[in-house]
Amino acid sequence: MTDDPDLSPATEARVNPRTGAFSWLMRARPTKPGETYGVPGQGETIWLSILSIATLLFAWWLVTWMGWVKPLFVPSPGAIVTKFVDVWQNGFTNTSLLRHTLVSTGRVFGAFLLACLLGIPLGIAMGMSPAIRGIFDPPIEFYRPIPPLAYLPLMIIWFGIGETSKVLLIFLSVFAPVALGARAGVRSAAIEQIHAAYSFGASRWQVMRHVILPSALPEILTAMRIGIGFGWTTLVAAEMVAATEGLGYMVLSASQFLQTSTVIMGIIVIAAIAYSFDLLMRFVERKVVPWKGRM
Amino acid sequence: MGLAINDASVIYPSAEGRDPVEALRGINLTMGENEFIVALGASGCGKSTLLNLIAGFLAPTSGEVLLDGERVSGPGADRSVVFQKHALLPWLDVRENVAFGLKLQGVDSKRRYRTADKFISLLGLDGFEGSPVYALSGGMQQRVGIARALTCDPKLLLMDEPLGALDALTREKAQELILGIWEETHKSVFFITHSVEEALFMGTRLIVMSPRPGRIAHRFDLPFSRRFLGGEAARQVKASRDFIELREEVLKIIFADEEAA
Repeated sequence: MTDDPDLSPATEARVNPRTGAFSWLMRARPTKPGETYGVPGQGETIWLSILSIATLLFAWWLVTWMGWVKPLFVPSPGAIVTKFVDVWQNGFTNTSLLRHTLVSTGRVFGAFLLACLLGIPLGIAMGMSPAIRGIFDPPIEFYRPIPPLAYLPLMIIWFGIGETSKVLLIFLSVFAPVALGARAGVRSAAIEQIHAAYSFGASRWQVMRHVILPSALPEILTAMRIGIGFGWTTLVAAEMVAATEGLGYMVLSASQFLQTSTVIMGIIVIAAIAYSFDLLMRFVERKVVPWKGRM
Repeated sequence: MGLAINDASVIYPSAEGRDPVEALRGINLTMGENEFIVALGASGCGKSTLLNLIAGFLAPTSGEVLLDGERVSGPGADRSVVFQKHALLPWLDVRENVAFGLKLQGVDSKRRYRTADKFISLLGLDGFEGSPVYALSGGMQQRVGIARALTCDPKLLLMDEPLGALDALTREKAQELILGIWEETHKSVFFITHSVEEALFMGTRLIVMSPRPGRIAHRFDLPFSRRFLGGEAARQVKASRDFIELREEVLKIIFADEEAA
């Protein structure tokens, strides 16, 4: 032991996080029955989430209602609803809101479907074959981190201002995550599952069909969820040039006329569709792969 | 069924500047009809490598593995493997898992489910045919794994520490169950375990392996499983004097190998 006051037990206690003012942050308490001690991030979030949304909405309503911010910058929530009803009834630039929505969802889902149709088989092939992985890995990894806005001009130069370049741009943003997810999914099967199948007389094809593909399914579904997220992100970029219809077009051209309420309304519509589809995918996930993470 | 391993060696090539590893050296082993050979040894002694050789997952660096006179050149349905865990397919229910091998062999669904149900009964899994396998306990999952291997009607059943993940009580019950099935089906079994007691109780022959290089260091003929199947209680067999003496002898060998490591 030492006489150095800085090392005395009393000093130690003063700096000890277990006894300081914020000790409740540091200390792990025993859990309630039914919970597991020490699991990170354990607990219900639904009420806090509702509270968080309510607070944001209230703050939004308050700053507009009190006139602290001009409607040009932040229109009131009521104005957004009114705008929604107005555009729903009268359309935007002579096109109905439903049509804008259908055109955009058509572009995103068309591109998404195409990306899944090509990306999932390619990703699986990349996972199964070093030759295919060797060939396709560099180009995919090369273009994947580039923002779609950067190669949008190229798409337009090469494929014109029509539908092709728009769908292709969205397709490219979905394709990489879907292909890479499927490729990683191939590694999900446990080697014991694969060896057992071979020892029951399976051919390579049967092992792929009956073991590797089913066990890759959870990761493929996750990759699809991530992929379509990228698709919605890219939508506005795709509709920046030479579009006359679509939610992205609506948002962009409304912003040029400082129609802020239309901009916000469009954003909310996009978010609502994307979120609904994500919920649908989560539902599909629970139905199709109830065994995910359970073995 | 006749399995013959003649002077088989396995050398893993050197990796990252380390010396090549001699996983197995000069293995000679023959196995006849209805034999139950148990392999025991300190970790790293090449038990699993030997099983992989027989299963056909691994080709010997030198020597040969013959099954009924034919050289083993890959895995096949005549040598089904039961693993410790992670080998069931969670997207299939119990019946489909058990029938999986027959499905791979192109047996139509009616016939394969009939066969599967027979083995489901044999392993005491009646009533669980439609259950998802991930909802079963570890012991029941292992029984599904054994039933699944048996439906393929293999000449040789390869078991890689099949009971290693079970709790002690379930494990003893599973040992008795496997012996009962072995007697009923007249299969030949190659069985790997870490438990000396399990090895002595289950096998008709015991090979004790030693590491660096992996080799068969000792061989014993075992009477205990016959005594159990002849009607003696399992605990009584395991508590008998000759069982305990042999257990200590084998433990001494294995501890000496662990010390040397």
